[in-house]
Amino acid sequence: MEVYLDNNATTVVDPQVYKAMEPFFCTLYGNPNSLHKFGAGTHPKMVEALNYLYDGINAADEDDIIITANATESNNTVLKGIWIDKILNGDKNHIITSEVEHPSITAVCKFLEAQGVSVTYLPVNDEGVIEAHTVKDFISDDTALVSIMWANNETGKIFPIKEIGAICKEKGVPFHTDATQAIGKIAVDVQACNVTYLSFSAHKFHGPKGVGGLYVKKGHELTPLLHGGEQMGGHRAGTVDVASMVGMGLAMKLAVDHLEFENTEVKRLRDKLEDAILELPETIVIGGKQNRTPNTTLISIRGVEGESMLWDMNQKTIGASTGSACASEDLEANPVMNAFGSDSELAHTGVRFSLSRFNTEEQIDYAIEVIKNAVKRLRTISSSYAYTPKNHKSEL
Amino acid sequence: MAKGDLISGSIWDEYSNQVIRRMDDPTHQGEITEEMAAKAGGKLIVADFGAESCGDAVRLYWVVNEETDVIIDSKFKSFGCGTAIASSDVMAELCIGKTVDEAIKITNIDVEHALRDHPDIPAVPPQKMHCSVMAYDVIKKAAAQYKGVDMESFETEKIVCECARVSLSTIQDVIRINDLKTVEQITDYTKAGAFCKSCIRPGGHEEKDIYLVDILADTRALMEQERLKEAADASQEGRSSFDTMTIVQRIKAIDEVLDTDIRPMLIMDGGNMEIIDIKENMPHYDVYIRYLGACSGCASGSTGTLYAMESILKQKIDENIRILPI
Repeated sequence: MEVYLDNNATTVVDPQVYKAMEPFFCTLYGNPNSLHKFGAGTHPKMVEALNYLYDGINAADEDDIIITANATESNNTVLKGIWIDKILNGDKNHIITSEVEHPSITAVCKFLEAQGVSVTYLPVNDEGVIEAHTVKDFISDDTALVSIMWANNETGKIFPIKEIGAICKEKGVPFHTDATQAIGKIAVDVQACNVTYLSFSAHKFHGPKGVGGLYVKKGHELTPLLHGGEQMGGHRAGTVDVASMVGMGLAMKLAVDHLEFENTEVKRLRDKLEDAILELPETIVIGGKQNRTPNTTLISIRGVEGESMLWDMNQKTIGASTGSACASEDLEANPVMNAFGSDSELAHTGVRFSLSRFNTEEQIDYAIEVIKNAVKRLRTISSSYAYTPKNHKSEL
Repeated sequence: MAKGDLISGSIWDEYSNQVIRRMDDPTHQGEITEEMAAKAGGKLIVADFGAESCGDAVRLYWVVNEETDVIIDSKFKSFGCGTAIASSDVMAELCIGKTVDEAIKITNIDVEHALRDHPDIPAVPPQKMHCSVMAYDVIKKAAAQYKGVDMESFETEKIVCECARVSLSTIQDVIRINDLKTVEQITDYTKAGAFCKSCIRPGGHEEKDIYLVDILADTRALMEQERLKEAADASQEGRSSFDTMTIVQRIKAIDEVLDTDIRPMLIMDGGNMEIIDIKENMPHYDVYIRYLGACSGCASGSTGTLYAMESILKQKIDENIRILPI
């Protein structure tokens, strides 16, 4: 049995989405900017896609949702746009973000720091969450932007976006949030949370790869990252990938339609998997169980190195992920793990399971079986776990 | 960057079949108790290296025949990734049948070679070489325990890159002999820094007490010092040529010739000249000068006087000297 439990990395494209995209390859292939019927023929489904996207995050019609290539592009557009408009050509010089953002935020911030911009990286607390009051502590007249992710990719922890949005509104500072890990898992409402800019990526919610979106509140338009044609109202040049845009639109609709399912059924399966692993001695949920996206669990299994765990699961065709340094190309532990203390054992023993609405009960049962066996085997080999099966009821 | 680097491959794809087999089913995994050691007729040695918080930890068990110093049996326990487990397994296997002194000579490179399917194809991707280093360290620890000596006593030289086992003296030599100017060149020549990259500069996977960037800077500073000293000595002994001189020596040498052969004539005409700069414009040495007093604006300054000056300097100092009035 194949079990995919790495849905925070990417997801399977929903077959309905795939079907909706198909006509735009060989039938409705016109350039949407053309005057003739080949071009104009693409418009109805593009408009429908926009409607789904606007509804999905509760954007007002007067606001923009720019179609981009991915959340990385959306994040770059905001940070570099703010840099050009508010810092180089304005009187601000400060950006607030967190220590646990995606590299498409932190790497851009490091670049901007090299250009002389002052950046504050807010830490997370013991539960892996940014506390809203820390934004208030650091925000000043010099602050050009606050950029805090909606939910964390590793822990699934949900950040206090509404509170941060309120602080930014009060201080008159634009607020950007990378909602890549939130869409389709929890309700996302840009108006209720006073969001100025919001990034998302279709392939995290059963849409295609290579397409994403950037919400821009009216009056906060930025210098574009890509100059060229007049697509997206001049905010993002380049012929729109119509098939992908249509796919992302439908994926958004389906994601929103399944929000309740996600928070009941997907959550139930996540909890079932998590509880089964937590039955094993010396296992903990990193950051605790409170306030998480319903599909994610990051678990530390003492005595078992993360990559080894992935290896054993992969041998049984189960895909998950680890923040362990050993499993990465550059041997660097990911920033979330470091935020919990880079010297900590947690940094090497964490395994992330992220589910989706396509996981089944049978898959989870199979995964539990495989995981238990893997832990048993690796703890037998382990030099740092005193293997004393007789002390444990579960014999693990 | 090149075609092969554009799509990041899975590090697992680069594991040899041996690594995979030993990860899935390590044959020397387990522990040895005092009773088991006594039964086998040897002394039990248990050595630990690393810690879970570092991401790698290994425990090595040996049963050593105290009369012959031969390792009769060897087992391991390991907290680590697949490479760490497979390396530990081979390491334990390589120890069996060797004397303790022979075992000390086993390096992580031997371990990696033993894991290869094909003699020319590495068993693990470069960044995973790091995971085999612990196998080497724990043997030293076990041997030190058996002999009742300090582990450091086995280290005859300072190792900078543990993955490729490159010593400080090797790196210094290669910089000197080949006049290396970048860390990339050091890596090309020695493989130091090609694997986990921790030894290149601070901030890598592992903290080191010495880094390639510092060794390069220090060695080059030393080389430059020696070069200057050599130039100064040569000049003192009157055996220096223009191209080995320092800039100060070059100015002095030219000034001396100008003072004896050129300036007296210029001064007679109510003028003079000064050296502004000397630039290496290989194969030429461009000497920038400025005419002073009556000489400035004199037509001969760019013809007769200039040619005379140039030919004297060419003859007396170096034939590649050119004079450029500004």
